[in-house]
Amino acid sequence: MLRYLTHRILLMIPTLFGVALLVFFMLRAMPGDVVEVMFRSEGANVPPQVIEEEKRRLGLDKPVPVQFVKWMGGVLQGDLGYSMWTGKPITHEIGIRLELSLQVAIMATILALLIALPLGTLSAVFRDTWIDQVIRVVSISGLAVPSFWLGMIIILVLLTLFQWNPPLIFTSFFENPRENLSQLIWPALAVGYRYSAVVTRMMRSTLLEVLQEDYIRTARAKGLRERLVVVRHAMKNAMLPVITVTGLEFAFLIGGLVVTEQVFNLNGIGKLFVDSVSRADNTMLQALVLLVSVSYIAINLVVDLLYAVLDPRVRYR
Amino acid sequence: MSALPGIVYKPVVRRHPAIAFMRRQPLGAAGLAVIMAMVIAAVGANWIAPYDPLGVDYANLLAAPSAEHWLGTDSFGRDVLTRIIYGARTALAVGFLSSILGSVVGAIIGVASAYFGGRIDLTIQRVMDVILSFPIIVLALAVSAILGKNIVFGIDVNLIVAIATPMVPNVARVVRSSALAIRELPYIDAARVAGYSHLRIIFRHIVPNVTAPFLIMLTAFVGQAILLEASLSFLGLGVTEPTPAWGLMLTGAAADFYQQAPWMIIFPGVAISLAVFAFNLFGDSLRDWLDPKIKL
Repeated sequence: MLRYLTHRILLMIPTLFGVALLVFFMLRAMPGDVVEVMFRSEGANVPPQVIEEEKRRLGLDKPVPVQFVKWMGGVLQGDLGYSMWTGKPITHEIGIRLELSLQVAIMATILALLIALPLGTLSAVFRDTWIDQVIRVVSISGLAVPSFWLGMIIILVLLTLFQWNPPLIFTSFFENPRENLSQLIWPALAVGYRYSAVVTRMMRSTLLEVLQEDYIRTARAKGLRERLVVVRHAMKNAMLPVITVTGLEFAFLIGGLVVTEQVFNLNGIGKLFVDSVSRADNTMLQALVLLVSVSYIAINLVVDLLYAVLDPRVRYR
Repeated sequence: MSALPGIVYKPVVRRHPAIAFMRRQPLGAAGLAVIMAMVIAAVGANWIAPYDPLGVDYANLLAAPSAEHWLGTDSFGRDVLTRIIYGARTALAVGFLSSILGSVVGAIIGVASAYFGGRIDLTIQRVMDVILSFPIIVLALAVSAILGKNIVFGIDVNLIVAIATPMVPNVARVVRSSALAIRELPYIDAARVAGYSHLRIIFRHIVPNVTAPFLIMLTAFVGQAILLEASLSFLGLGVTEPTPAWGLMLTGAAADFYQQAPWMIIFPGVAISLAVFAFNLFGDSLRDWLDPKIKL
């Protein structure tokens, strides 16, 4: 187990290095830089010395490979550097926004599981009946409806039916849960629908497979009630792939909130990302991409480890 | 000789595969019908659409749906229905071209990775891991920013590359696992013993046997590509004004005014959802039809 874990963690290193390399040089290949964006509003009135000075301060005057080595050196020591735009430490900028995005992602996951587990099970148990058809249509729609559009529709419905807009200012859940939930439940719903659709489909297809197994026939043959067969024998064994998609979707949510946060005007990681793009704030973008990649890989690892815990047949060496 | 008494020969009814598909997969057939309708709208937009998609009409800004403008007008007075019909063109072109590009490249990588195995396989898998762990929007954004705009026949080629890139590792993974199973079959050994070249073995013996997963992935990705194009256009990173595109119709002035003029966003969103829905429904049924074991 320990050997397996070390092996997996060692394998993360080349992948993450690849991500870092790719993002760094891709961003440098993009036209324009942060200094240009900063002074754009002042037209041609900025003396070239000022621009040079600013570039030197941000280290943009050095060759790109040198910049990369310098950045990597910092990252390896846990120092992500400073935002080129605000000049504040990147960990600070991300830190103040992480709570919001993380909370939306967690709430969306809970919503998705609450919807998906019963629906997926019903769909599989009542295969090819009208119940199955309805659930399939609902879940395929979930994959089709753009979450940002769903968000706009939610806002529209709240406004026309209740003449009410969700609050715009973020309050921490631990300070005022009511205020907090009344703001964040809507974006969680908007992304949770798609999320639940993915999980429902996985639940249905694995449950269908499991219901073909011999031990299900045995359980039925010994006279166990169908409800117990499904809940105790089938669902338990169908959980593994469901956990995998749930984990992967969660990892993608952190990146996927980009568009939804825009609609709800939330100051989270996604909005930071879009803003950093338009500001050409490269140090911030590198850090954000690394953050998403690390969480994606880490969640993958956690999911694989969960397998070993949940399924005694799985052993890692 | 006369026919034996007592035996009635029942002729085997051989239906055309398309008809058989419709009977067995009614939902898939419904999806296909919507796709056909979209294709007709896209091809015949010039004849079907009631107005000019770029025609600005300042007398009718943000007009509600009426007899003249069935789905209302936007903040430039442009007819929403017309722009949705023309938008089908953008959606289908980007959807099909990017998923064909992504699936073909992914399939080539997947087959090569499985066939050659060993160190090549390992290297390819690592590179695919890097792309997979990259946020899709970042990837698409970076590709489009580096390549700039490169418009051929009104379609931004680089947008297509940007949308196709995240598909490649997914297709490669599925095709690779199918090809790995085939590589072990005796007829591949036979072909190798017969002295065939790698290319011949790959194209004549392996590729035909991975077409089912390939086709399934391809149809599934058209819907995803349309959705991704809409999101990118919404963020201002995809199709740009004044080209009619569904995602673009939800952004800009629409985002500012949609509380007063909800028709501006309701109908384009319905169009996106319906299109993606149809492709997913069709793709799903195609999978059940061709190879139910494949997981997407």
